[in-house]
Amino acid sequence: MEGRQSAWRIYRESLPILVVSLAGGIFAGSVLGSDGMTAGFERFPGMLLLLPAFLATRGNVYGALGARISSGLHQGMIDPEFSWDRRLVNAVAASFINGISVSVFIAVLSWGILHVLGRESARLVELLSIMLVSGVLTSTTLIFGLLGLVFASYEYGLDPDNLIGPIVTTLGDVFGVVFLFIALTIAEVVF
Amino acid sequence: MGAADADDALNSWTIRNIVGTMFPILIGLSVLEMGSGYVLEELQETYLGNPTLLVLVPVMIGMGGNLGAILSSRLSTRLHLGVLEFDVRDEVLWTNIIAILGLAATVFSALGVAAWVVGQVIAEPMALGELLLISISSGMSLAVIAIGLSLAATYVSYTQGLDPDDTTIPVVTNLCDILGVVVLSGVAIVVLN
Repeated sequence: MEGRQSAWRIYRESLPILVVSLAGGIFAGSVLGSDGMTAGFERFPGMLLLLPAFLATRGNVYGALGARISSGLHQGMIDPEFSWDRRLVNAVAASFINGISVSVFIAVLSWGILHVLGRESARLVELLSIMLVSGVLTSTTLIFGLLGLVFASYEYGLDPDNLIGPIVTTLGDVFGVVFLFIALTIAEVVF
Repeated sequence: MGAADADDALNSWTIRNIVGTMFPILIGLSVLEMGSGYVLEELQETYLGNPTLLVLVPVMIGMGGNLGAILSSRLSTRLHLGVLEFDVRDEVLWTNIIAILGLAATVFSALGVAAWVVGQVIAEPMALGELLLISISSGMSLAVIAIGLSLAATYVSYTQGLDPDDTTIPVVTNLCDILGVVVLSGVAIVVLN
């Protein structure tokens, strides 16, 4: 009986965070399933191959940034505000480098895999441009959005550690696919 | 000692250090993620022919990891407190597992319904029963995998003296993310054929 009550407590405590992440994921899925997006997937073979890597690696890049900023705030190593602080600038620059390099890497990897397998593939320049545009837009929005939300929550006396996971998942899902959609649309016009 | 600590702390905030630590991990993960991308690419006709299935993809990629992270960090806290027991009769262990399965059942039922609504509005509509069956079967399979991986990873941390917060939780989260699309695709093929 006691066991049942505490399972219910764990359920109640964890559900709100999962619902936030679920809502972000459903929004992202709706964009993925839209006509414009599926047309882009057909027009540029290789996009479906790199999609899971594009969606999943961002959680690692920006989750790591969030964890670092949160630890830095707790240890008093950085202040909760946008400034030219050496540590903050380094952390932000490193996240840009990681986020954009990994986008470029998965474009090349996807193209390479399809070539080795002898499958139809979009041109390398097409996949690279799509990943570069969506990578730059996603990095910029996620880094500054994440910092703003972490700083604000810290100032309001909330522990950022509890919020970073869901913030990163939700912002990442929502903005990741929106910028992917924009990048695909631009690519369809340009190429 | 104090000076060395300060140096370490400063050094860990250099661009070279952050990129050097993180980038090899990202490369490795991207290569692994290509495995689930390959499944999507192989089933291109199924997914592009039933775009409503694509609505499920982001949640399938992320939710297994979320469930694994919740269970792993709870197990990890008990490990740090020295009260974790790997015993099938341990009631707290079962309490956690039941809570995770309950969360999965709620989330993946809601996902099935939401995908159906989205399908009606923007994509090719699919039957509600079919979508619920796909969402719940693949979601519950994923939850069981997440539970198994969390237990295994925490057990390895326990026997090897590793800190689960640093090592096993990221491993569990990423493995669940990779398996999400694979499980969804397997279930979708069985249900749709």
